[in-house]
Parts: sequence; structure tokens; C-alpha cells
Amino acid sequence: MTTQGREPGFGKDLIGLESLTGGQIEAILDTAEPFKEISERKIKKVPVLRGQTIVNLFFEPSTRTRISFEFAEKRLSADTVNISSAGSAVQKGETLVDTARNLEAMRIHMVVVRHGSSGAAKFLADRIPSNVINAGDGQHEHPTQALLDLLTIRDRFGAIAGRRVCIVGDILHSRVARSNIWGLLKCGADVAVCGPRTLIPAGIEELGVQRLGSIEEAIEWCDVLYVLRLQLERMEGGYVPSLREYNRVFGVSSERLGRAGDEMIVLHPGPMNRGVEIDSDVADGPRSVILPQVTNGVAVRMAVLYLLAGGRPELAEDAKAGAP
Amino acid sequence: MSGSLLLTGGRVIDPSAGLDEVRDVLVRDGRVEAVERGVAGPEGIPLIDAQGLVVAPGLIDVHVHLREPGAEHKETIRTGAQAAAAGGFTTIWAMPNTDPPLDDPAAVGFVREEARRWARKGEGGARVSPVAAASLGLAGKQMTEIGGLVEAGAVAITDDGHPIHDPALMRRLLEYTQSFGIPVLQHAEDMALSAGGVMNEGAVATALGLRGIPNASEATVVARDIYLAELTGGHVHVQHVSTREAVELIRLARERGVRVSGEASPHHMALTEEAVRGYRTEAKMNPPLRSAADRLAVRQGLIDGVLECVATDHAPHHYEEKEREFDDAPFGIVGLETALAVCIGELVKPGDLPLFDLVERMSTAPARLMGIEGGSLRPGSRADIVLFDPEEEWTVDPASFRSKSRNTPFSGWEVTGRVKRTIVGGETRYRD
Repeated sequence: MTTQGREPGFGKDLIGLESLTGGQIEAILDTAEPFKEISERKIKKVPVLRGQTIVNLFFEPSTRTRISFEFAEKRLSADTVNISSAGSAVQKGETLVDTARNLEAMRIHMVVVRHGSSGAAKFLADRIPSNVINAGDGQHEHPTQALLDLLTIRDRFGAIAGRRVCIVGDILHSRVARSNIWGLLKCGADVAVCGPRTLIPAGIEELGVQRLGSIEEAIEWCDVLYVLRLQLERMEGGYVPSLREYNRVFGVSSERLGRAGDEMIVLHPGPMNRGVEIDSDVADGPRSVILPQVTNGVAVRMAVLYLLAGGRPELAEDAKAGAP
Repeated sequence: MSGSLLLTGGRVIDPSAGLDEVRDVLVRDGRVEAVERGVAGPEGIPLIDAQGLVVAPGLIDVHVHLREPGAEHKETIRTGAQAAAAGGFTTIWAMPNTDPPLDDPAAVGFVREEARRWARKGEGGARVSPVAAASLGLAGKQMTEIGGLVEAGAVAITDDGHPIHDPALMRRLLEYTQSFGIPVLQHAEDMALSAGGVMNEGAVATALGLRGIPNASEATVVARDIYLAELTGGHVHVQHVSTREAVELIRLARERGVRVSGEASPHHMALTEEAVRGYRTEAKMNPPLRSAADRLAVRQGLIDGVLECVATDHAPHHYEEKEREFDDAPFGIVGLETALAVCIGELVKPGDLPLFDLVERMSTAPARLMGIEGGSLRPGSRADIVLFDPEEEWTVDPASFRSKSRNTPFSGWEVTGRVKRTIVGGETRYRD
């Protein structure tokens, strides 16, 4: 992997996993490995991004992703500013292109952006010289979420290639599903989706995944069951008749997991609706890797920030030790 | 000698007369007087050398948005009519979804008179025929005063921009319009099925995470309207047909004699949903660009004559309205100044449609279909004429458009066929 200027070989920005190769994705995961340890230290800070200014630009509410990015940035010693849409110029009617120009005028290094419209991160990236990291754009992609999921799967199984992963739930509205589909396929996994037909988008098979009809079939088939959050507004949209019905037909219960293979693990991107898409005894049970996902999130985001700042994957170990 | 000229040595294509030969065309007092070889015009008549050019009836576009009144930052009647002339059009139909909408005779009269006023000042373009709203406020509830609107100059009715959703209203419109011999133009879309979609439903939308509009959103309304036209004997014209299902429905209905017609837009014949990749808002329009199979079906529909005419759905938008998130950008693209060249490139150059037939689909057919003057160079016809070089290659540069807006997916395209002169009523309104 060659590194030129601020481009770690996959471009100026991280917009999605669709445009990356399997090798590039694995390189990010490799880079994340040494960063895991920083979060276990007593003093959780290294000077890797000292002097770098990063704006966390959140047009949509987010707790987990925003905090995870902020920890990653702070543990790498970056200077960060958080902007959320409430109370900002955005709410006063500023267009995204004007927001972009203003950020550019302030000479910042990186922007982490979360936005409700698909394509918004790319829109921003095309218009400013700073590195742009997509923290979720509409229903398009959420690449750092998928990277932390991939890292969690790799931690458990040693490799992603050859594993069977089934994503369950609202595929239609999920950027997490899309980023995972691309990432898993590129890393050599077999991918399936499962959920009510109303929430499976048209042409999903053309992306290279198969559809499984029932949750029982999915559980028997897979090594990794990736359970998506069911947004409560899907019920009002008429996609599912009720949450109770959803739980009855697609909910992941420990009873249903009786049919699973011994090694099978359960992932969830959070926040969970306990008793809807996942029962508490599964979420808190031995197959759940939901909290390791969260821990890995910080390491993966540190790796992405490091790489986009011009760091080289093979030097991550030194960088973390404090080398400039 | 105003309104008089002699076009010499051009290849005259007049589908209304079955003519495709080198001829001279003599125009006097705004009318075609003779189409012969070796015409000697009267002393002093302006001579125009048309050698190497096609001389054809002026193009007619029955689907144009001029934005005035109400959105003059996008387009005005003057700039839209001039853009049309630059594209070889001599008659355009202005859609009523303005602000206020063209739902009363004063508004309809304004559009017609505004175009004439600019023409009198020497800044005219194509003739502008207003199309009136089918329902008051385009709200889909109460029928407009169609008789008064026709008297004020309306040539058809539509709620374009919005579909006519209520089947009972559609039935009454198809009945009532028969007193005036005008068609009901329908933007065929079931908004509930479209459900806020912004592009074609399918794998591309799924990958981009954009909400999709299924083919059934168009097809179900076309099917319904066909049965209502059959019930009433009225004429429904389906605007911008985009799906293979709708083409097939129209084909079958026409075979059994239903008065249904359809139009094909250059962009639906030239592009597919793939053009949206990269969140290109200049490829966002409604109905959306569809799959490759749909594109082929629309092309074939036009070639077979199932879709009788080409119409651009010229929909200007200011650049900053398009320079934004895909979800929030408005639907629509400009089309007047690229239509002929895109159609020549897509249909004539590959050998799918003879140039003669393309001229027919863009002039004679819409005139015949809608029962309006134009589309002919036979002696006595109004001298609405386009001269174009069918071989000239050029690059689409939106900065050169007469239109106020630049929102085209064809920017930078190498195209073939260039309009050299557009004549309206014997008066040159555009020269390259």
C-alpha cells in the first residue's frame, strides 16, 4: 500500500466501503490492531494527531458514533470541534454547500460528517480539500460501523473469508447493512439478508447477497447473525403491522438460537430495542459480541483517522508508542 | 418583404407530404408558397442558401416548463421561447404548474400575450401555446373553467407536475374536454406508490441508499386512464412515458382503438438509472431514468409509433437549487437545446430510425396528434421552418444555452446535428 501525502491509498476520504478493495479494508483492520491497546492504558493518549483540527459535523442526532469518534480523536491528541444541526447555521437555513465553503475557509484538516441524506458525505468531500469521513449518510453507508463489525468478526474467527453472515431486519432503510454487505463481500464472506419482504430493498441480490426466508433458516445457516435495529417509525410507515408481530416473526430469542451452530455469534449496531428485534437474554448472553463491537469502534476510528492523516499502516505500532 | 424569403438547395424533409428531396422553399408573407426545384422568387426577396442543410417543418414540443409567472429565476417566457428556437422548435406548449398556476383565463392569456409581446419587440422565439390547469390550483379537486380557458388560448389541459389522482375527476375531464376537442395530458404517477422516491427503484437505488419509484407507479395510472378513455371516448395523452409496462399498455390499447397517446423524452431514450451514480442531481427527474430494458422499450415505442412524438419536459432549475443533497434537489432537466442532437445521436446514427421519421416524430406527428397547425411545409402552411445540419458535430456546453438554466445531464456530450436557423411565420428567430 503506497501512501502519498494525506491519501492512504484509498483516496482523500472515507465515504463508503463500496469503493474499497478487500486488501484496503484488511489494511485498515490491521492498522486498528495496535490502536486497541491505547484504550486499555491508564493514560489513554498518544500524540499521533497533535496539531490536527477535526470537525465533527452531525446533522442527525447520534450518541454512540459521535462519542466514539470523539474518543478516537482525543486519544490521538487532535483538536476537535463538535457541530450539531440544532442551533447551528444549518438550522438557520444554510445550505450544505455553504457549510462546506465555510469549513474550508477555516482551514481544518478533517471533517467527520453524519447527515440524513444519502450522498451528503460525498457531496461535502467533493467540495472541500479536507479529509471527509462519513459517519453515516442517509440510507447509503456507515463505513466505520462496518469496519468495527468486521474487526469484531475477525477477532472471533481469525478471518472473515468463508464465514457466513446473515443480516436480519430493516435492510431497506439501513446504511449499516449496506456498508456491511460491501465490506463482508470484499473480505470474502458469504452474505445473506433476512427480514420482512417490505423491508428488503429491490434488487438486493444484484449486490451479491442471498435472501433467506425465515429467521430460523437464517440462524441455522450463519456463523454471524447481524441483528439490525427496527426503527419504531417503520410501524407508522406501514412496513410492519406492529412491534409485537415483528418480534413474533423475526425477533431473535434464545429459544430460536437453539438451532444455531456452537460458534455462532450475534452482533447489533445499537441502540437495541430489547424485546423487539432482540431479546434481552440474547443481547446479554454468551453469543453476544455487542460490547466488544463498541470497544472496537474506537480502535477502528483511530486507525481511519491515522491513515487519512497520512499515517502508514506498517508504522501504526511506532506511532502509537509516541513517535512523531 | 417581411415574412418572405427563399431557401435554396436544401434537403427538404416534409413528412406531411411524404417529401424528402432537394428543393427550394419560397415563403411569402409568413406562409409557404412553393416547394419546388428552381423556384424564382420575386425581385429583392432575401435568399438563404440551404445547401447541405435539412429544411423541415419547425419542431413542436408539447411539454415545456417556462416557469413564468412565479419562478423567473429559473426561466422566463422570453428565455424559454428563445431556447426553444435555438433547439429548432417553432411551437412549444407551456405547462400550467406556475405560481400562480394557469387555472384561469387571465393567467393563460398572460402567457400567450407575453410571448407575443417579446416577438413584437424582436426578442421572440418559438410560438408559445399555454396549456391550462385541469383542476383549480392543480389541487386535483375541482375542474377548471375549461371553456373559458380554451377561449383565452389554452390548447390542452393538465395538472402536470401533479398527477390527476381522483379517477372520478379524470373521467369527468375526459368527458368534458370533448366539447372542445382538446386532450387531457397526464403525468401518470401514483404518488402513494412513489412514496417520496427520488429515482428508479432497483439495484442502483438500493446501492445508493436512495428511495425508489417503482415502474408500477406509472403503469397502474396508465392502465386506469386507458380504461377511462375507453369508457368516455376522451383523449388521454400520457406524458414522458418511462416504463416498458406503460409502452405495452398503450400499444395494446391503441390496437383496440382507444384514444390514448404517449410521448417519449430524449433523456428516457438516451440514459438509464446508471446516470444517477455519484448522486448526480442533473440526472434527477420525474419520472426517473429507468432500467436498460425500459430505455429500450421507450425507444422502440417511438420507433414503432406507439409513442407518437418526442417531447422534452424541459424543466429548468437554478444551479443552486440543483447544487445540494440528492434528496432535496428538485426534479427536472432542461432539454430544448439538446433534443434534436440527442435524438439524432441515439436513434438516427445507429440506424434505428430514419431521419425522415425523426422529423415526423418531432413536428408532423405532434401537430396531427394534438390537432394544431404546424408540422407541414405544404403550400399554404404557416412558414414555421427549421434548418439544421444533420452531420455537424458539436459539444454540449451549457454555458452557451439561451435557457436561463443549465441543468442538463448531457453537458460535455459529443453530439451530431446542429440547428442553423429557425423561422417562425417567415421570420428568422434564431441563427447559429
